[in-house]
Amino acid sequence: MDFHLLLQLSMNGIIVGTLYGVVGMCFVLIYKASQIVNFAQGEFLLIGAWVCWWLLTKYQLPFVWGFLVTLAFMMIFGFLLQVIVLRPMIGEPVISVIMMTIGLSIFFQALMKWIFGVLPQPYPPVFAVKSVNVLGLEVQTVYLMAMAVSLVIMVGFAWFFKMSRMGLAMRATSFDQQVAQSLGISVRQVFALSWAISAMVSAVAGVVVGVVNGVSSALSFFGIKVFPAVILGGLDSIVGSVLGGLIIGVLENWAQFFDSQFLKLGNLYEVAPFYVLIVILMIKPYGLFGKRDIERV
Amino acid sequence: MATQALRPCGDFKSSYAADQTIFPTAWSRNFCILGVVLVAAAPFLVDRYVLTLLIQIGYLGIAALGLNILVGFTGQISIGHAVFFGFGGFASCFLNNNAGIPPILSIPLAGLMTTAVGLVFGIPAARLKGLYLAIATLAAQFILLDFFGRAEWFTGGSSGTVADPVSLFGFKFDHDETFLYVVLFYVVVLYVAAANLMRTRDGRALVAVRDYYLAAEMMGVNLTKYRTLSFGISSFYAGIGGALYAHYLGFMSIEGLDISFSIQFLAMIIIGGLGSIMGTLMGTAFMVLLPQGVNFFARSLDGSAIDHALGLHEGLPFLREMTIGAAIILFLIFEPDGLAHRWKQIKAYWKLYPFSY
Repeated sequence: MDFHLLLQLSMNGIIVGTLYGVVGMCFVLIYKASQIVNFAQGEFLLIGAWVCWWLLTKYQLPFVWGFLVTLAFMMIFGFLLQVIVLRPMIGEPVISVIMMTIGLSIFFQALMKWIFGVLPQPYPPVFAVKSVNVLGLEVQTVYLMAMAVSLVIMVGFAWFFKMSRMGLAMRATSFDQQVAQSLGISVRQVFALSWAISAMVSAVAGVVVGVVNGVSSALSFFGIKVFPAVILGGLDSIVGSVLGGLIIGVLENWAQFFDSQFLKLGNLYEVAPFYVLIVILMIKPYGLFGKRDIERV
Repeated sequence: MATQALRPCGDFKSSYAADQTIFPTAWSRNFCILGVVLVAAAPFLVDRYVLTLLIQIGYLGIAALGLNILVGFTGQISIGHAVFFGFGGFASCFLNNNAGIPPILSIPLAGLMTTAVGLVFGIPAARLKGLYLAIATLAAQFILLDFFGRAEWFTGGSSGTVADPVSLFGFKFDHDETFLYVVLFYVVVLYVAAANLMRTRDGRALVAVRDYYLAAEMMGVNLTKYRTLSFGISSFYAGIGGALYAHYLGFMSIEGLDISFSIQFLAMIIIGGLGSIMGTLMGTAFMVLLPQGVNFFARSLDGSAIDHALGLHEGLPFLREMTIGAAIILFLIFEPDGLAHRWKQIKAYWKLYPFSY
């Protein structure tokens, strides 16, 4: 047993887990608002990271400005995506909507590969100090920033949904679309806004991961990894998705630890979350915090 | 009016037999037979390149039909069809290499083995539905693919495994010209079987489960049984398709069995038309020909200004992927019922030409 490694991996797990949590939150936001399971969530990360990278390297923008421009771009992108592509799908069966987001995912993944190439590209250094020492563990500065940004986003989400007028409208829509509509809430606006916010916040996660590991199409795998997280937390619970993300992140790293120390199977890191996913679906399909649909199937 | 060749508008069927018939008119039957004969004559008519495409359409079409039975007819979503396809291929190679069973027998046996695996993975389907099932099958995709990577005794690991060509009484079907007949045989048998399945009690039960599961249960349809069964049938088709693929290439590896292959199967049935048997074949043909069309398009622009501006040459693989994504999106927006529906409309247009009502 190597306790130092275990601690280090747990730390990584918590940090990656927060990122899963953020992406999961975006995923749940879309699901709650418009009942769409978004298989293209990973592509939001990918597009955001590439756009930011492009602004930073090509136009030499300072990081903050490049980041802000990326956010604005992603907001418009998410909005247009909903209006042009997903609005016609309202009222279609689940399979069609799922296929639509899968189609979008393939399309944008290939487009990004075409424009930016398949090789991972490193970000220009953002912080002067690469890693700092926290409680005897080496932690990359970017990861600390990621934690901070994630926490800010989570608090922001909480504020938005509890306090703001639009947040209230979104909660009302997710509760019951027809009732919300009859009270004068523009459901179309809510749908479009939820996609815009989701794309924007996902891009934040994308940029953070990009700064750490460089940008490559591997980023879109986050969109798949988010499924175990949100199912664990419950598909319609924002708090649940954050917790689910954390648990999956830690679990993934523990799986890697046990794999490297005892089992020597290799690659367990990648598959472990999916075993968890199957188990959760079998015993508690509505997740830890999800609304329980009482229905015998 | 009601001659053999024409159908009046509206449904004027007066017997159950007329309602259930596979070919509503003699012409439609003759056309199908003509199609089979034309494909059978293809080795004498067209070059090898076209034959390769036909064989591809054949084995992919079989697997896609399985998915259509699951998704289009039973309403269960599966995002892991490619691994069942792969399992069929590996199982057939395994039986052939280790137990010495000739491919002609190992292909159907591989289908049965895949059915067993499909039934196991279908058990969650008894409890889950809609998008939860989609996510469960997504997990199955990753878990099975990981298993293929590990189980060297079964799949040969990352280096893959070899497969003998199909042979019957010493005659080897090891060329495109000859293997086409093997694929054609399976396509005809399995498509007719699927068309007949939908006319039986079990087939109607599957459709009832799709249309409204509660009503189906009220009518005495055993939901658990039929949901699991449709997974089994779907895996059987996938397994046969995969086994044919393995013995066609003479080689099977985990390469290419990833999630994008599963999505391609879904694209085939969406484009062809959910719940349409002939549509499945049309959708498969569309998906097989689409990359060829893109290649042709890129070649015709070779050296032109557009080619230089976009870097078409280097971007060609990505362009092909993009067209797949775009095809799915455009079909879902503009033609959600797929090519089968469009084909019906074209037929109706010509049949009723001046007065289209």
